[in-house]
Amino acid sequence: MADDPYQTLGLTRDATPEAIKAAYRKLARQHHPDLNPGKPEAEARFKAVSGAHDLLADPERRARFDRGEIDAEGQEQRPAGGYRQYADAAQGERYGDGGGFEDVFAEMFGARARAASGPRRGRDASYRLDVPFAAAVLGATERLSLPDGQVLDVKIPPGVVTGQVLRLRGQGGPGHKGGPAGDALIELTVADHPLYRRDGMDLRLDLPVTLQEAVLGAAVEVPTPAGTLRVTLPAGSDTGRQIRLRGKGVAALGSRPAGDLFLTLRVVIGPPDAALEAFLRDWKPEHPANPRAGLEAGT
Amino acid sequence: MISLDILYARVEGLDPDDLARWIAAGYVHADTDANADAETPVFQEIDVERLRLILALRDRLDIGEQALPVVLSLLDQVYALRRRLRELGAAG
Repeated sequence: MADDPYQTLGLTRDATPEAIKAAYRKLARQHHPDLNPGKPEAEARFKAVSGAHDLLADPERRARFDRGEIDAEGQEQRPAGGYRQYADAAQGERYGDGGGFEDVFAEMFGARARAASGPRRGRDASYRLDVPFAAAVLGATERLSLPDGQVLDVKIPPGVVTGQVLRLRGQGGPGHKGGPAGDALIELTVADHPLYRRDGMDLRLDLPVTLQEAVLGAAVEVPTPAGTLRVTLPAGSDTGRQIRLRGKGVAALGSRPAGDLFLTLRVVIGPPDAALEAFLRDWKPEHPANPRAGLEAGT
Repeated sequence: MISLDILYARVEGLDPDDLARWIAAGYVHADTDANADAETPVFQEIDVERLRLILALRDRLDIGEQALPVVLSLLDQVYALRRRLRELGAAG
C-alpha cells in the first residue's frame, strides 16, 4: 500500500470523513475478494483500498500523514478473502445454494460430465485447399501443408467444384481417452482455366481454326487436360460450329460417366495476305448468300 | 471443532445476539457437540470465515442486515457453481 491513499480512494486531500467513508464503501463493495472469487486482481485492489481507508479514517493518523510524519504504509491487517478459500473447496458444500438450483445444474451438466470422463471424439479441423483446374477435371492427389508443419495428401476426386468440402476421416484433432480422432474438413477452391470452361461435367473450349482448315477440313491437335487430342474437322466448318468429343470432359467417377468436351470453332483470318486478297477480289461465290439475312427481323 | 468461546475470540466484534439470529436464519451453520449437551453449538473453520465475511459485509461495506440474505444467497450460488465447474474440469 505504497500509493497515495487519497489517490487510491479517488479523493482530494480536503475530502471530508463522510466522503472517505463513502468512497471506501463503494470500492470495497466492488473489490471484496469473497465477492470476486474469479478475479485475483480484486484482492490487491481491495487491500489497497482498505489500507487507504484505515489510514484516512483515523483523524490522528490522517493528520500525521498529511504533515508527512508517516508514510502511506498501513499497519498489517487481516487479509480479506478468508471465506473464499473454504467456499471454493469441498467444505463449501456446507453452504450450498438452497437445493433447487444445484439440482438443475447437476442435471444439465451431469450428462456432459459423464461424457467428458469417457472416450470422446477429437475436434474436426477446417482447412482450405486450392485445386488446379486439371486436378478438378481428372482427379489428383494434392498436398496440403497444415499450420503445424504436417502434410496431408488429399485425394481429389474428378468433378469437384469450388466450395465443395472434402472430409478426411481421422485427420482432425486427436480423440480423448481412446476416442476416435476428429475429421479434417477441407474446403476446395478450384482454379479457373484461361481457355477451358467447366459446364457441370462437360468442358467447353473455343477452338481457333484457320480459314483453310474451316473450308477444307483438317486434322488438328487440341490440348486438353487429359493430353493432346487429334480432332478431325469436317470440311465447311463455320465459326460457331460445335464439335462434341464424348467422354473427354470431366473424368468418370464410380457410376457417373465422364463428361464431354465441346469445341466451338472460331475462324481466324490471320494477318493480311496478298494472295488471299487477290483471290477473294476475283472470287465469285457459287451460292451467293447474305449472312445478315434475317437480322432485320430482330430490329 | 470450534467452541463458542473460541469463536468469539477469533471473530472480532461478533455480538451474541447477532450470532444467534444468523444461526436461526441459516446464514451460519452450527453443529452440536456430541460430547456436550445438545444446546452447545460448535463450529468449523468455514463458519469462522463466513462470520468474518458477514460482519465485513454488514459493517465495513455497509451492505445492511436486510440485504445480507440476498448477498449470501447469490454468493452461495456462485461458489456452488465454481465447485461444480471445478469438478467437471477435473473429470474432463
